Amino acid sequence: MADAGSGLFDHKRIERNVALLAVLAFITVTIGGLVQLVPLFFMQNTIEKVEGMRPYTPLELAGRNIYVREGCYNCHSQMIRPFRDEIERYGHYSLAAESMYDHPFQWGSKRTGPDLARVGGRYSDQWHVQHLVNPRDVVPESIMPAYAFLKDRVLKDSDIAANLEANRRLGVPYTQAQIANALADLRAQANPDADTAGLFERYGDRVNVRDFDGNPAEVTEMDALVAYLQMLGTLVDFSAYVPQENFR
Amino acid sequence: MTAMVQPAILFLVALAAMVAMVVTSDAGFAIHMGMVMGAALLAAVVCLRRVDWDPVSGAILKPDPGTGYVDDVIRAGAIASMVWALVGLLAGVYIAAQLAFPLLNLGLEWTSFGRLRPVHTSAVIFAFGGNVLIATSFYVVQRTCRVRLAFPWLAWFVFWGYQLFIVLAASGYVLGITQSKEYAEPEWYVDLWLTIVWVAYLAVFVATIARRREPHIYVANWFYLAFILTIAMLHVVNNLALPVGLSSKSYPVFAGVQDALTQWWYGHNAVGFFLTAGFLAIMYYFVPKQANRPVYSYRLSIVHFWSLIFLYIWAGPHHLHYTALPDWAQTLGMVFSVILWMPSWGGMINGLMTLEGAWDKIRTDPLVRMMVAALAFYGMSTFEGPLMSIRSVNALSHYTDWTVGHVHSGALGWVGLISFSALYYMVPRLFGAQRLYSLRWVNWHFWLAMVGIALYASSMWVAGIMQGLMWREYNAEGLLVYSFIETSAAMHPYYVIRLVGGLFYFAGAGLMAVNLVQTLRHRLRDEVPLEQGPIHSPDRDRPLAGAPVAAE
Repeated sequence: MADAGSGLFDHKRIERNVALLAVLAFITVTIGGLVQLVPLFFMQNTIEKVEGMRPYTPLELAGRNIYVREGCYNCHSQMIRPFRDEIERYGHYSLAAESMYDHPFQWGSKRTGPDLARVGGRYSDQWHVQHLVNPRDVVPESIMPAYAFLKDRVLKDSDIAANLEANRRLGVPYTQAQIANALADLRAQANPDADTAGLFERYGDRVNVRDFDGNPAEVTEMDALVAYLQMLGTLVDFSAYVPQENFR
Repeated sequence: MTAMVQPAILFLVALAAMVAMVVTSDAGFAIHMGMVMGAALLAAVVCLRRVDWDPVSGAILKPDPGTGYVDDVIRAGAIASMVWALVGLLAGVYIAAQLAFPLLNLGLEWTSFGRLRPVHTSAVIFAFGGNVLIATSFYVVQRTCRVRLAFPWLAWFVFWGYQLFIVLAASGYVLGITQSKEYAEPEWYVDLWLTIVWVAYLAVFVATIARRREPHIYVANWFYLAFILTIAMLHVVNNLALPVGLSSKSYPVFAGVQDALTQWWYGHNAVGFFLTAGFLAIMYYFVPKQANRPVYSYRLSIVHFWSLIFLYIWAGPHHLHYTALPDWAQTLGMVFSVILWMPSWGGMINGLMTLEGAWDKIRTDPLVRMMVAALAFYGMSTFEGPLMSIRSVNALSHYTDWTVGHVHSGALGWVGLISFSALYYMVPRLFGAQRLYSLRWVNWHFWLAMVGIALYASSMWVAGIMQGLMWREYNAEGLLVYSFIETSAAMHPYYVIRLVGGLFYFAGAGLMAVNLVQTLRHRLRDEVPLEQGPIHSPDRDRPLAGAPVAAE
């Protein structure tokens, strides 16, 4: 074996002592993460302030949980990059603030299907339901799996307040009123005949209130997922948005 | 009484799991707790049956520790690696078929691509790769430290605990229990379980090194140690989550841009430490052993070890180019990714040059050939990676199948082949067989894998670059030429080619499984040895002696 130095930088000392080797290796692998991750939590300009962001309504959150459960991120991104073709195809590039309440983030890494960051309002509810029941009915070349079972399954909503509460503990600014009325708000949003004054008061009057899946008898998982898809990317009012000097 | 402690703990675990199963209102969580209860009870019974009693006094006897290396847990690990390789590759073939023929999603919630794709990625990375790493690390650390494995019972806990982690994770995905964080999909309780198993793994590994009979810690063990420590750090930080009551649902602690960078700090270093550092450790033991040559450069191994582990951790942000991640972080990620090319190639050079003076073995020894091919793929994918991390290249490659092709040239070429060659090396030695059942089948496996990788990587390069270019193509009027679905439909032929490539690779692994099973049964295939085969026979390749045949 060749001599790998001497004195202070004598590697032989390290490779004869497992504790020293472990400690030095651990220090070495922590540096990069510390430098990159820690400032992200403290630098003010990481997330640029924008008008219009609000936490998800209970029905949208339940829909997002179905999106997470089914692993939609495997094929769909929610992150529009600032390129001409992406902006023309999908809309304004995504801002950090738009996913600030997303536990977990769903930016994705692969577009086997199109980006969904601004899919809200682009298609009718009927289109979404038909597309989820059998994608090839509306897009013949589609290779997406069918999710017909969502239409037949009643949404499990009994624990929705606990879900809002968990998000509040992690920093999503849900109010006590929002948590207390979570179940009522969830059901009101899927029922056009319900008393929605409280829902609008708590989440703003731009909330979509509809029977999303065309089945007024019950709130299904389809209702929740379509409610989520229909609000994606619609919160920020881009006519009022001026990129600041910290423009990325 | 210490022999009673383990079953007692296991009974308590089973009891806790039963209570959780009854209390929860979440069906998936109840199924998982039932599985935990069953596993704990089974383990308790096995532990109790192992206890040996003195027939006269009734006292509990200490089991005979034995004197040789602790190899039974490694034998189990080798078999588990083989089984999970088949499961993971088959899952990959199936989801590749789904992308070409969507009817194979079957319209069932449990068999959709979205739920099965994590089954494939977790099965190949964590189940196959993880079992190979655990088994080889136990094999290598004993033989390079010249000492028995510390705490053999804890090593068994690591083995079975890790299998339970895999079964819980994969069955969870099928049931819809997932965090939807790529390569970190298991939910909070499965993550907690893995943390316990991993700490036990670290304890066994470090304690074995601490008891070594050799003054120096061999370089392979540096890499194993860095891999175990770093994965512990990444796993704990990235999976911090708050469960919703007693259910399978949790919310990750971080959100949005912070969650994204934490996730890719984890995700890229799952590649860097699980799939690179760990498998470099395999390379540092098995390549010199099989080639019967010393490692090329001791100095290079020091330089590339420290630089590799220092630099890898910075590379995560290259997964987030042009996203809402701040520019400074993207730039750091890109710069370090490009620098990372150097230590990566340091490892490749150290591995390849170990064959100096033994290059002829590439021709005569199919195991050496497989190892050299693995190192070549390691070199290629660690060149392609830095290339793709350059922002302007990434603008084209990101979100496309180019990324998928890149990952697979590394996974199938580097991780797969170096693992297979380590299994081929270990299994005859672990099971006391004279030699492998068939070396000629190893040769077949090699070429099946080569054809498979070539089809896979080339089809994904074409598919990815083509789709990336189609997305940004404008006509003379300044309008986008293609709708998204047109670019998606154009992928079909390449998805079919990729499926065929996957089938080739899977067939090679199947051949390996038969070969290894026959080997551990001490069967020997009746075959012409490779070196004396029909390729070249010095006896026949020369002029005939005797009198010339006279013309009539």
